[in-house]
Amino acid sequence: MSDPIWIIGSNMTKFGKHPDLDVLDLASSASLAALEDCSMTMANVDVLAVGNLMNAAGSVGQQLQKQIGQTGIPVFNVANACATGATALRVAIMAIQAGQAEVGMAVGVEKLSGMGLLSGPPEAPRGDTWEPRGRLGALGPTEGHVGTDIMPGVFAQIGMEYGHKYGEVSFDLFARISEKNHAHSTLNPLAAYQKQFTLDEIKNDVMIAYPNTRPMCSGNVDGAAAMIVVSNERKQKLPADVQRRAVKIAASVLTSDPYEPGCQVLPDINTLTRNAAKQAYEAAGIGPEDLDLVELHDCFATAELVHYDNLMLCEPGEAVSFFESGAPWRDGALPVNVSGGLQSKGHPIAATGIANIHEIVTHLRDEAGDRQIEGARVGLAHVIGLGSACGVHILERAS
Amino acid sequence: MTHTDPIAYVDYLDLSGDPQLISQACTQCDAQFFDRRNACASCSATSFVDKPVDRTGRISSFTIVSGPQPYVSAIVDCAGVYVPATIINIAPDAEHVRLAMTVKLTTYSAGRDANGREAIGYAFEPMPEQ
Ligand SMILES: [Zn+2]
Repeated sequence: MSDPIWIIGSNMTKFGKHPDLDVLDLASSASLAALEDCSMTMANVDVLAVGNLMNAAGSVGQQLQKQIGQTGIPVFNVANACATGATALRVAIMAIQAGQAEVGMAVGVEKLSGMGLLSGPPEAPRGDTWEPRGRLGALGPTEGHVGTDIMPGVFAQIGMEYGHKYGEVSFDLFARISEKNHAHSTLNPLAAYQKQFTLDEIKNDVMIAYPNTRPMCSGNVDGAAAMIVVSNERKQKLPADVQRRAVKIAASVLTSDPYEPGCQVLPDINTLTRNAAKQAYEAAGIGPEDLDLVELHDCFATAELVHYDNLMLCEPGEAVSFFESGAPWRDGALPVNVSGGLQSKGHPIAATGIANIHEIVTHLRDEAGDRQIEGARVGLAHVIGLGSACGVHILERAS
Repeated sequence: MTHTDPIAYVDYLDLSGDPQLISQACTQCDAQFFDRRNACASCSATSFVDKPVDRTGRISSFTIVSGPQPYVSAIVDCAGVYVPATIINIAPDAEHVRLAMTVKLTTYSAGRDANGREAIGYAFEPMPEQ
Protein backbone atom coordinates (compact mmCIF):
# COMPACT_ATOMS: atom_id res chain seq x y z
CA MET A 1 0.00 0.00 0.00
CA SER A 2 1.36 3.41 -0.94
CA ASP A 3 2.00 6.13 1.61
CA PRO A 4 -1.04 8.17 2.57
CA ILE A 5 -1.61 11.74 1.46
CA TRP A 6 -2.64 14.32 4.04
CA ILE A 7 -4.87 17.36 4.12
CA ILE A 8 -3.02 20.01 6.09
CA GLY A 9 -4.83 23.20 5.12
CA SER A 10 -8.54 23.66 4.54
CA ASN A 11 -10.97 26.52 4.27
CA MET A 12 -14.32 27.52 2.85
CA THR A 13 -15.90 30.95 2.64
CA LYS A 14 -19.35 31.43 4.01
CA PHE A 15 -21.74 30.30 1.31
CA GLY A 16 -24.45 32.77 0.34
CA LYS A 17 -24.75 36.13 -1.31
CA HIS A 18 -21.48 38.02 -1.73
CA PRO A 19 -22.47 40.92 -3.99
CA ASP A 20 -19.23 42.80 -3.36
CA LEU A 21 -16.90 39.88 -4.05
CA ASP A 22 -16.09 38.53 -7.49
CA VAL A 23 -14.95 34.99 -8.36
CA LEU A 24 -11.31 35.89 -7.71
CA ASP A 25 -12.07 37.55 -4.36
CA LEU A 26 -13.86 34.41 -3.20
CA ALA A 27 -11.18 32.05 -4.53
CA SER A 28 -8.39 34.19 -3.06
CA SER A 29 -10.09 34.32 0.32
CA ALA A 30 -10.43 30.53 0.60
CA SER A 31 -6.97 29.88 -0.89
CA LEU A 32 -5.06 32.30 1.34
CA ALA A 33 -6.92 31.05 4.40
CA ALA A 34 -6.15 27.43 3.51
CA LEU A 35 -2.46 28.32 3.17
CA GLU A 36 -2.51 30.19 6.47
CA ASP A 37 -4.23 27.21 8.05
CA CYS A 38 -1.05 25.17 7.52
CA SER A 39 1.52 27.99 7.76
CA MET A 40 2.39 27.81 4.08
CA THR A 41 2.53 30.27 1.20
CA MET A 42 2.18 29.90 -2.56
CA ALA A 43 5.97 29.50 -2.66
CA ASN A 44 5.48 26.06 -1.07
CA VAL A 45 2.85 24.85 -3.53
CA ASP A 46 4.01 22.58 -6.38
CA VAL A 47 0.74 22.12 -8.27
CA LEU A 48 -2.57 23.98 -8.45
CA ALA A 49 -5.94 22.59 -9.58
CA VAL A 50 -8.86 24.99 -9.88
CA GLY A 51 -12.51 24.55 -10.78
CA ASN A 52 -15.03 27.22 -11.70
CA LEU A 53 -17.77 25.73 -13.84
CA MET A 54 -19.41 28.96 -14.96
CA ASN A 55 -16.09 30.18 -16.42
CA ALA A 56 -14.74 26.79 -17.42
CA ALA A 57 -12.94 28.28 -20.41
CA GLY A 58 -11.60 31.23 -18.45
CA SER A 59 -8.31 29.87 -17.04
CA VAL A 60 -9.48 30.87 -13.58
CA GLY A 61 -6.48 29.05 -12.06
CA GLN A 62 -4.07 31.45 -13.74
CA GLN A 63 -6.28 34.41 -12.86
CA LEU A 64 -6.17 33.28 -9.24
CA GLN A 65 -2.37 33.05 -9.34
CA LYS A 66 -2.26 36.72 -10.36
CA GLN A 67 -4.08 37.53 -7.11
CA ILE A 68 -2.23 35.27 -4.69
CA GLY A 69 1.13 34.40 -6.23
CA GLN A 70 2.46 33.62 -9.70
CA THR A 71 5.14 31.05 -9.06
CA GLY A 72 5.14 29.33 -12.44
CA ILE A 73 3.84 26.00 -11.17
CA PRO A 74 1.60 23.84 -13.35
CA VAL A 75 -2.08 24.78 -13.19
CA PHE A 76 -4.91 22.44 -14.06
CA ASN A 77 -8.25 24.10 -14.76
CA VAL A 78 -10.86 21.40 -14.33
CA ALA A 79 -14.56 21.08 -15.08
CA ASN A 80 -16.69 18.10 -14.08
CA ALA A 81 -20.17 19.50 -13.42
CA CYS A 82 -21.07 19.43 -9.71
CA ALA A 83 -18.08 17.16 -9.05
CA THR A 84 -15.67 19.85 -10.24
CA GLY A 85 -14.25 20.63 -6.78
CA ALA A 86 -13.65 16.99 -5.92
CA THR A 87 -12.05 16.57 -9.33
CA ALA A 88 -9.65 19.44 -8.61
CA LEU A 89 -8.67 17.78 -5.34
CA ARG A 90 -8.32 14.45 -7.10
CA VAL A 91 -5.92 16.05 -9.61
CA ALA A 92 -3.75 17.48 -6.82
CA ILE A 93 -3.73 14.10 -5.07
CA MET A 94 -2.81 12.25 -8.27
CA ALA A 95 0.06 14.66 -8.91
CA ILE A 96 1.44 13.81 -5.47
CA GLN A 97 0.83 10.08 -5.94
CA ALA A 98 2.67 10.27 -9.25
CA GLY A 99 5.67 11.79 -7.52
CA GLN A 100 5.33 15.01 -9.51
CA ALA A 101 4.57 17.19 -6.50
CA GLU A 102 4.91 17.22 -2.72
CA VAL A 103 2.41 19.97 -1.99
CA GLY A 104 -0.80 20.46 -3.94
CA MET A 105 -3.58 22.99 -3.74
CA ALA A 106 -7.15 22.50 -4.91
CA VAL A 107 -9.67 25.32 -5.22
CA GLY A 108 -13.34 25.40 -6.20
CA VAL A 109 -15.24 28.64 -6.64
CA GLU A 110 -18.58 29.73 -8.05
CA LYS A 111 -20.79 32.80 -8.19
CA LEU A 112 -24.39 31.78 -8.67
CA SER A 113 -26.43 34.12 -6.50
CA GLY A 114 -29.49 35.36 -8.26
CA MET A 115 -29.30 32.82 -11.05
CA GLY A 116 -32.52 31.00 -11.75
CA LEU A 117 -32.80 27.39 -12.86
CA LEU A 118 -29.49 26.49 -14.43
CA SER A 119 -29.61 25.10 -17.93
CA GLY A 120 -27.31 24.77 -20.90
CA PRO A 121 -26.52 27.53 -23.38
CA PRO A 122 -29.60 28.97 -25.10
CA GLU A 123 -30.57 27.33 -28.36
CA ALA A 124 -29.69 29.15 -31.57
CA PRO A 125 -32.77 30.78 -33.10
CA ARG A 126 -34.82 28.59 -35.39
CA GLY A 127 -36.25 29.48 -38.77
CA ASP A 128 -39.95 29.68 -39.57
CA THR A 129 -40.05 26.20 -41.08
CA TRP A 130 -39.43 22.93 -39.27
CA GLU A 131 -35.84 21.79 -39.31
CA PRO A 132 -34.68 18.73 -37.37
CA ARG A 133 -31.70 19.51 -35.21
CA GLY A 134 -29.19 17.71 -33.02
CA ARG A 135 -28.81 14.07 -32.16
CA LEU A 136 -32.53 13.59 -31.61
CA GLY A 137 -33.45 15.40 -34.80
CA ALA A 138 -35.74 17.56 -32.68
CA LEU A 139 -37.83 20.31 -34.25
CA GLY A 140 -37.77 22.43 -31.10
CA PRO A 141 -36.92 22.32 -27.42
CA THR A 142 -37.39 18.92 -25.81
CA GLU A 143 -38.37 20.35 -22.40
CA GLY A 144 -42.04 19.54 -21.83
CA HIS A 145 -42.20 17.64 -25.13
CA VAL A 146 -39.97 14.73 -24.17
CA GLY A 147 -40.32 14.83 -20.40
CA THR A 148 -38.02 17.17 -18.52
CA ASP A 149 -34.36 18.05 -18.29
CA ILE A 150 -34.57 20.62 -15.50
CA MET A 151 -32.49 19.55 -12.52
CA PRO A 152 -35.24 19.53 -9.84
CA GLY A 153 -37.28 17.36 -12.20
CA VAL A 154 -34.47 15.00 -13.13
CA PHE A 155 -33.57 14.45 -9.48
CA ALA A 156 -37.23 14.11 -8.54
CA GLN A 157 -37.44 11.27 -11.05
CA ILE A 158 -34.32 9.70 -9.56
CA GLY A 159 -35.94 9.65 -6.10
CA MET A 160 -39.24 8.35 -7.44
CA GLU A 161 -37.40 5.63 -9.35
CA TYR A 162 -36.07 4.37 -6.02
CA GLY A 163 -39.68 4.11 -4.86
CA HIS A 164 -40.61 2.16 -7.95
CA LYS A 165 -37.75 -0.26 -7.34
CA TYR A 166 -38.10 -0.76 -3.61
CA GLY A 167 -41.51 0.51 -2.52
CA GLU A 168 -42.70 3.21 -0.20
CA VAL A 169 -41.42 6.66 -0.96
CA SER A 170 -43.65 9.65 -0.43
CA PHE A 171 -43.77 13.42 -0.56
CA ASP A 172 -43.81 13.36 3.22
CA LEU A 173 -40.67 11.22 3.43
CA PHE A 174 -38.66 13.46 1.13
CA ALA A 175 -39.87 16.55 3.00
CA ARG A 176 -38.70 15.04 6.29
CA ILE A 177 -35.22 14.48 4.84
CA SER A 178 -35.16 18.16 4.04
CA GLU A 179 -36.46 18.99 7.53
CA LYS A 180 -33.43 17.16 8.97
CA ASN A 181 -30.89 19.08 6.90
CA HIS A 182 -32.47 22.45 7.58
CA ALA A 183 -32.49 21.63 11.31
CA HIS A 184 -28.79 20.74 11.10
CA SER A 185 -28.01 24.02 9.34
CA THR A 186 -28.92 26.09 12.38
CA LEU A 187 -25.56 25.07 13.87
CA ASN A 188 -23.50 25.92 10.80
CA PRO A 189 -22.57 29.60 10.47
CA LEU A 190 -21.10 28.93 7.00
CA ALA A 191 -24.45 27.79 5.57
CA ALA A 192 -26.28 30.20 3.30
CA TYR A 193 -29.58 29.45 5.02
CA GLN A 194 -29.68 28.71 8.75
CA LYS A 195 -33.44 28.62 9.06
CA GLN A 196 -35.22 25.73 10.68
CA PHE A 197 -38.35 24.71 8.79
CA THR A 198 -41.31 22.78 10.11
CA LEU A 199 -42.45 19.85 8.04
CA ASP A 200 -45.58 21.76 7.05
CA GLU A 201 -43.55 24.77 5.97
CA ILE A 202 -41.47 22.55 3.69
CA LYS A 203 -44.49 20.77 2.23
CA ASN A 204 -46.50 23.93 1.72
CA ASP A 205 -43.70 25.92 0.12
CA VAL A 206 -43.61 26.49 -3.64
CA MET A 207 -43.60 23.20 -5.54
CA ILE A 208 -40.77 23.18 -8.09
CA ALA A 209 -40.96 19.63 -9.44
CA TYR A 210 -42.98 17.10 -7.46
CA PRO A 211 -42.00 15.97 -4.89
CA ASN A 212 -39.33 18.68 -4.53
CA THR A 213 -40.55 21.97 -3.09
CA ARG A 214 -38.26 24.99 -2.91
CA PRO A 215 -36.60 24.23 0.46
CA MET A 216 -35.94 20.70 -0.82
CA CYS A 217 -33.73 22.12 -3.60
CA SER A 218 -30.16 23.35 -3.17
CA GLY A 219 -29.84 27.07 -3.64
CA ASN A 220 -27.72 28.97 -6.14
CA VAL A 221 -25.22 30.80 -3.96
CA ASP A 222 -21.69 32.19 -4.06
CA GLY A 223 -18.79 30.52 -2.37
CA ALA A 224 -15.32 29.04 -2.54
CA ALA A 225 -13.37 26.30 -0.81
CA ALA A 226 -9.69 25.42 -0.91
CA MET A 227 -7.48 22.66 0.38
CA ILE A 228 -3.75 22.00 0.73
CA VAL A 229 -2.58 18.39 0.44
CA VAL A 230 0.91 16.96 1.01
CA SER A 231 2.80 13.73 0.59
CA ASN A 232 3.48 11.57 3.64
CA GLU A 233 7.18 12.36 3.45
CA ARG A 234 6.56 16.09 3.34
CA LYS A 235 4.08 15.90 6.20
CA GLN A 236 6.69 14.38 8.46
CA LYS A 237 8.89 17.44 8.00
CA LEU A 238 6.17 19.90 8.97
CA PRO A 239 5.87 21.66 12.34
CA ALA A 240 4.24 19.61 15.08
CA ASP A 241 1.13 21.79 15.28
CA VAL A 242 0.52 21.36 11.54
CA GLN A 243 1.02 17.60 11.77
CA ARG A 244 -1.30 17.36 14.72
CA ARG A 245 -4.18 18.86 12.72
CA ALA A 246 -3.40 16.89 9.55
CA VAL A 247 -6.18 14.65 8.26
CA LYS A 248 -5.37 11.45 6.43
CA ILE A 249 -6.91 10.80 3.03
CA ALA A 250 -7.71 7.12 3.43
CA ALA A 251 -9.32 6.96 -0.01
CA SER A 252 -9.82 9.28 -2.96
CA VAL A 253 -11.91 7.93 -5.81
CA LEU A 254 -13.46 9.39 -8.93
CA THR A 255 -15.79 7.36 -11.16
CA SER A 256 -18.00 7.85 -14.22
CA ASP A 257 -21.07 5.98 -15.43
CA PRO A 258 -20.61 2.46 -16.66
CA TYR A 259 -23.13 1.60 -19.39
CA GLU A 260 -26.64 0.94 -18.07
CA PRO A 261 -29.71 0.83 -20.30
CA GLY A 262 -31.63 3.25 -18.07
CA CYS A 263 -28.92 5.89 -17.90
CA GLN A 264 -29.25 6.62 -21.59
CA VAL A 265 -32.46 8.53 -20.84
CA LEU A 266 -32.39 9.31 -17.08
CA PRO A 267 -29.03 9.97 -15.43
CA ASP A 268 -28.03 7.03 -13.28
CA ILE A 269 -26.46 8.54 -10.18
CA ASN A 270 -26.58 5.18 -8.41
CA THR A 271 -24.20 2.82 -10.17
CA LEU A 272 -21.22 5.15 -10.28
CA THR A 273 -21.74 6.21 -6.66
CA ARG A 274 -21.91 2.59 -5.53
CA ASN A 275 -18.79 1.83 -7.57
CA ALA A 276 -16.95 4.79 -6.05
CA ALA A 277 -18.02 3.81 -2.53
CA LYS A 278 -16.92 0.21 -3.03
CA GLN A 279 -13.52 1.29 -4.33
CA ALA A 280 -13.11 3.79 -1.51
CA TYR A 281 -14.01 1.35 1.27
CA GLU A 282 -11.63 -1.17 -0.20
CA ALA A 283 -8.77 1.31 -0.57
CA ALA A 284 -9.29 2.62 2.96
CA GLY A 285 -9.76 -0.77 4.55
CA ILE A 286 -12.78 0.83 6.20
CA GLY A 287 -16.43 -0.19 6.00
CA PRO A 288 -19.56 1.94 6.22
CA GLU A 289 -19.99 0.66 9.80
CA ASP A 290 -16.75 2.46 10.74
CA LEU A 291 -17.97 5.91 9.65
CA ASP A 292 -18.72 8.59 12.22
CA LEU A 293 -20.26 11.05 9.77
CA VAL A 294 -21.08 11.46 6.10
CA GLU A 295 -21.49 14.50 3.88
CA LEU A 296 -23.35 13.42 0.76
CA HIS A 297 -24.59 15.24 -2.31
CA ASP A 298 -28.15 16.24 -1.41
CA CYS A 299 -28.62 18.63 -4.32
CA PHE A 300 -32.31 17.76 -3.85
CA ALA A 301 -34.06 15.94 -1.01
CA THR A 302 -34.88 13.14 -3.46
CA ALA A 303 -31.16 12.58 -4.08
CA GLU A 304 -30.21 12.17 -0.43
CA LEU A 305 -32.42 9.09 -0.06
CA VAL A 306 -30.83 7.11 -2.89
CA HIS A 307 -27.31 7.86 -1.69
CA TYR A 308 -27.94 6.24 1.72
CA ASP A 309 -28.22 3.08 -0.32
CA ASN A 310 -25.52 3.86 -2.89
CA LEU A 311 -22.94 4.61 -0.20
CA MET A 312 -23.97 1.39 1.54
CA LEU A 313 -24.99 3.16 4.73
CA CYS A 314 -27.85 0.64 4.76
CA GLU A 315 -28.65 -2.70 3.17
CA PRO A 316 -29.73 -2.53 -0.52
CA GLY A 317 -33.31 -1.28 -0.75
CA GLU A 318 -33.39 -0.18 2.89
CA ALA A 319 -32.82 3.57 2.50
CA VAL A 320 -36.30 4.45 3.73
CA SER A 321 -35.98 2.43 6.93
CA PHE A 322 -32.46 3.82 7.42
CA PHE A 323 -33.93 7.30 7.41
CA GLU A 324 -36.95 6.29 9.51
CA SER A 325 -34.60 4.84 12.16
CA GLY A 326 -33.30 8.34 12.83
CA ALA A 327 -29.75 7.27 11.93
CA PRO A 328 -28.88 10.24 9.69
CA TRP A 329 -29.88 12.89 12.24
CA ARG A 330 -26.92 14.46 14.04
CA ASP A 331 -27.73 12.52 17.22
CA GLY A 332 -28.38 9.32 15.27
CA ALA A 333 -26.25 6.26 14.59
CA LEU A 334 -24.64 7.71 11.44
CA PRO A 335 -25.08 11.48 11.07
CA VAL A 336 -25.52 12.58 7.45
CA ASN A 337 -25.10 16.19 6.33
CA VAL A 338 -24.61 17.78 9.72
CA SER A 339 -23.45 20.85 7.77
CA GLY A 340 -27.07 21.32 6.70
CA GLY A 341 -26.34 19.77 3.34
CA LEU A 342 -26.65 21.52 0.03
CA GLN A 343 -30.31 22.25 0.73
CA SER A 344 -29.28 24.68 3.50
CA LYS A 345 -25.64 25.41 2.83
CA GLY A 346 -26.27 26.21 -0.82
CA HIS A 347 -24.56 24.75 -3.85
CA PRO A 348 -21.89 26.95 -5.46
CA ILE A 349 -21.20 24.17 -7.92
CA ALA A 350 -17.41 23.95 -8.20
CA ALA A 351 -16.91 24.77 -4.50
CA THR A 352 -19.30 22.09 -3.28
CA GLY A 353 -17.00 19.09 -3.76
CA ILE A 354 -14.26 20.65 -1.65
CA ALA A 355 -16.62 22.19 0.91
CA ASN A 356 -18.13 18.82 1.82
CA ILE A 357 -14.61 17.48 2.44
CA HIS A 358 -13.85 20.60 4.49
CA GLU A 359 -16.81 19.79 6.71
CA ILE A 360 -15.43 16.32 7.43
CA VAL A 361 -11.94 17.75 8.04
CA THR A 362 -13.38 20.22 10.53
CA HIS A 363 -15.03 17.46 12.57
CA LEU A 364 -11.98 15.20 12.46
CA ARG A 365 -9.95 18.11 13.85
CA ASP A 366 -12.49 18.63 16.64
CA GLU A 367 -13.00 22.17 15.39
CA ALA A 368 -16.68 22.11 14.41
CA GLY A 369 -17.85 24.02 17.48
CA ASP A 370 -21.54 23.64 18.27
CA ARG A 371 -22.10 21.13 15.51
CA GLN A 372 -19.11 18.93 16.39
CA ILE A 373 -19.81 15.21 16.16
CA GLU A 374 -18.10 14.15 19.37
CA GLY A 375 -15.11 11.90 18.93
CA ALA A 376 -15.38 11.74 15.14
CA ARG A 377 -12.48 9.70 13.76
CA VAL A 378 -13.58 8.68 10.26
CA GLY A 379 -15.78 10.47 7.74
CA LEU A 380 -16.88 10.15 4.14
CA ALA A 381 -17.56 12.96 1.66
CA HIS A 382 -19.49 12.32 -1.53
CA VAL A 383 -20.28 14.50 -4.51
CA ILE A 384 -21.85 13.87 -7.85
CA GLY A 385 -22.02 15.81 -11.10
CA LEU A 386 -24.43 14.81 -13.83
CA GLY A 387 -22.95 13.35 -16.89
CA SER A 388 -21.86 11.78 -14.61
CA ALA A 389 -18.87 12.06 -12.29
CA CYS A 390 -18.75 10.88 -8.70
CA GLY A 391 -16.12 11.69 -6.10
CA VAL A 392 -15.83 9.83 -2.81
CA HIS A 393 -13.21 10.69 -0.20
CA ILE A 394 -12.76 8.84 3.08
CA LEU A 395 -10.83 10.76 5.72
CA GLU A 396 -9.30 9.69 9.02
CA ARG A 397 -8.03 11.80 11.90
CA ALA A 398 -4.29 11.71 12.47
CA SER A 399 -4.21 10.15 15.92
CA MET B 1 -43.90 13.85 -49.87
CA THR B 2 -45.40 17.31 -49.87
CA HIS B 3 -44.79 20.07 -47.42
CA THR B 4 -48.18 19.35 -45.95
CA ASP B 5 -47.16 15.90 -44.72
CA PRO B 6 -46.83 16.01 -40.94
CA ILE B 7 -43.30 15.84 -39.60
CA ALA B 8 -42.22 14.03 -36.43
CA TYR B 9 -41.04 16.27 -33.58
CA VAL B 10 -38.13 13.87 -32.97
CA ASP B 11 -36.39 11.49 -35.37
CA TYR B 12 -37.27 8.36 -33.46
CA LEU B 13 -41.02 8.86 -33.81
CA ASP B 14 -42.13 6.99 -36.93
CA LEU B 15 -45.31 8.34 -38.50
CA SER B 16 -45.25 6.18 -41.64
CA GLY B 17 -47.98 3.91 -40.30
CA ASP B 18 -49.56 3.55 -36.92
CA PRO B 19 -47.25 5.87 -34.93
CA GLN B 20 -44.47 4.06 -33.12
CA LEU B 21 -41.09 4.76 -31.60
CA ILE B 22 -38.03 3.29 -33.29
CA SER B 23 -34.80 2.74 -31.42
CA GLN B 24 -31.35 2.23 -32.89
CA ALA B 25 -30.36 -1.22 -31.68
CA CYS B 26 -26.73 -2.24 -31.57
CA THR B 27 -26.24 -5.21 -33.92
CA GLN B 28 -23.73 -6.75 -31.53
CA CYS B 29 -25.28 -6.37 -28.06
CA ASP B 30 -28.81 -5.08 -28.74
CA ALA B 31 -28.38 -1.95 -26.56
CA GLN B 32 -30.98 0.54 -27.73
CA PHE B 33 -30.63 4.28 -28.25
CA PHE B 34 -32.89 7.11 -29.36
CA ASP B 35 -30.23 9.67 -30.16
CA ARG B 36 -27.66 9.33 -32.91
CA ARG B 37 -24.60 7.45 -31.69
CA ASN B 38 -21.17 7.10 -33.24
CA ALA B 39 -20.66 3.76 -31.57
CA CYS B 40 -22.41 1.69 -28.95
CA ALA B 41 -22.03 2.94 -25.37
CA SER B 42 -22.22 -0.64 -24.16
CA CYS B 43 -19.89 -2.56 -26.49
CA SER B 44 -18.39 0.02 -28.87
CA ALA B 45 -19.71 -1.69 -32.02
CA THR B 46 -20.59 0.74 -34.80
CA SER B 47 -23.62 -0.69 -36.57
CA PHE B 48 -27.23 -0.24 -35.57
CA VAL B 49 -30.60 -1.40 -36.86
CA ASP B 50 -34.05 0.08 -36.46
CA LYS B 51 -36.10 -1.63 -33.80
CA PRO B 52 -39.71 -0.82 -32.93
CA VAL B 53 -40.41 -0.12 -29.28
CA ASP B 54 -43.47 -1.54 -27.54
CA ARG B 55 -46.36 0.91 -27.60
CA THR B 56 -47.30 0.23 -24.00
CA GLY B 57 -45.22 0.40 -20.87
CA ARG B 58 -45.19 1.16 -17.17
CA ILE B 59 -44.16 4.37 -15.47
CA SER B 60 -40.93 3.59 -13.63
CA SER B 61 -40.42 7.15 -12.45
CA PHE B 62 -42.10 10.51 -12.77
CA THR B 63 -42.14 14.12 -11.68
CA ILE B 64 -44.62 16.93 -12.15
CA VAL B 65 -42.92 20.10 -13.28
CA SER B 66 -44.63 23.16 -11.84
CA GLY B 67 -45.44 26.29 -13.80
CA PRO B 68 -48.39 28.02 -15.42
CA GLN B 69 -48.99 24.76 -17.29
CA PRO B 70 -47.68 21.92 -15.13
CA TYR B 71 -46.63 18.82 -16.99
CA VAL B 72 -45.90 15.24 -16.09
CA SER B 73 -42.49 13.95 -17.07
CA ALA B 74 -41.87 10.23 -16.79
CA ILE B 75 -39.63 7.37 -17.68
CA VAL B 76 -41.71 4.65 -19.28
CA ASP B 77 -40.42 1.10 -19.18
CA CYS B 78 -41.54 -0.38 -22.49
CA ALA B 79 -40.57 -4.04 -22.17
CA GLY B 80 -37.12 -3.12 -20.89
CA VAL B 81 -36.57 -0.10 -23.13
CA TYR B 82 -36.61 3.10 -21.09
CA VAL B 83 -38.40 5.94 -22.86
CA PRO B 84 -38.33 9.55 -21.66
CA ALA B 85 -41.76 11.03 -22.18
CA THR B 86 -44.38 13.52 -21.21
CA ILE B 87 -47.62 11.97 -19.94
CA ILE B 88 -50.72 13.66 -21.30
CA ASN B 89 -54.47 13.27 -20.93
CA ILE B 90 -54.06 13.00 -17.18
CA ALA B 91 -54.48 15.47 -14.32
CA PRO B 92 -50.95 16.65 -13.43
CA ASP B 93 -51.07 15.75 -9.76
CA ALA B 94 -49.80 12.95 -7.55
CA GLU B 95 -53.30 11.61 -6.98
CA HIS B 96 -53.63 10.70 -10.64
CA VAL B 97 -50.09 9.90 -11.71
CA ARG B 98 -48.75 6.79 -10.06
CA LEU B 99 -45.62 4.71 -10.20
CA ALA B 100 -46.07 1.45 -12.12
CA MET B 101 -49.21 2.62 -13.88
CA THR B 102 -49.62 1.30 -17.40
CA VAL B 103 -49.55 3.85 -20.20
CA LYS B 104 -49.68 3.73 -23.98
CA LEU B 105 -48.09 5.70 -26.76
CA THR B 106 -50.05 8.55 -28.27
CA THR B 107 -49.32 11.61 -30.39
CA TYR B 108 -50.24 15.28 -30.26
CA SER B 109 -49.90 18.31 -32.47
CA ALA B 110 -46.81 20.36 -31.68
CA GLY B 111 -47.88 23.22 -33.93
CA ARG B 112 -47.47 24.29 -37.54
CA ASP B 113 -44.65 26.09 -39.32
CA ALA B 114 -44.83 28.99 -41.81
CA ASN B 115 -45.80 26.57 -44.59
CA GLY B 116 -48.63 25.17 -42.55
CA ARG B 117 -46.81 21.92 -41.99
CA GLU B 118 -47.82 20.22 -38.78
CA ALA B 119 -45.32 18.78 -36.30
CA ILE B 120 -46.41 15.68 -34.41
CA GLY B 121 -44.93 14.87 -31.03
CA TYR B 122 -45.21 11.69 -29.01
CA ALA B 123 -46.35 11.26 -25.45
CA PHE B 124 -47.88 8.54 -23.32
CA GLU B 125 -51.37 8.49 -21.83
CA PRO B 126 -53.17 6.29 -19.33
CA MET B 127 -54.80 3.14 -20.68
CA PRO B 128 -58.56 3.50 -21.10
CA GLU B 129 -60.58 2.12 -18.19
CA GLN B 130 -61.08 -1.61 -18.62
ZN1 LIG C 1 -23.45 -2.76 -28.41
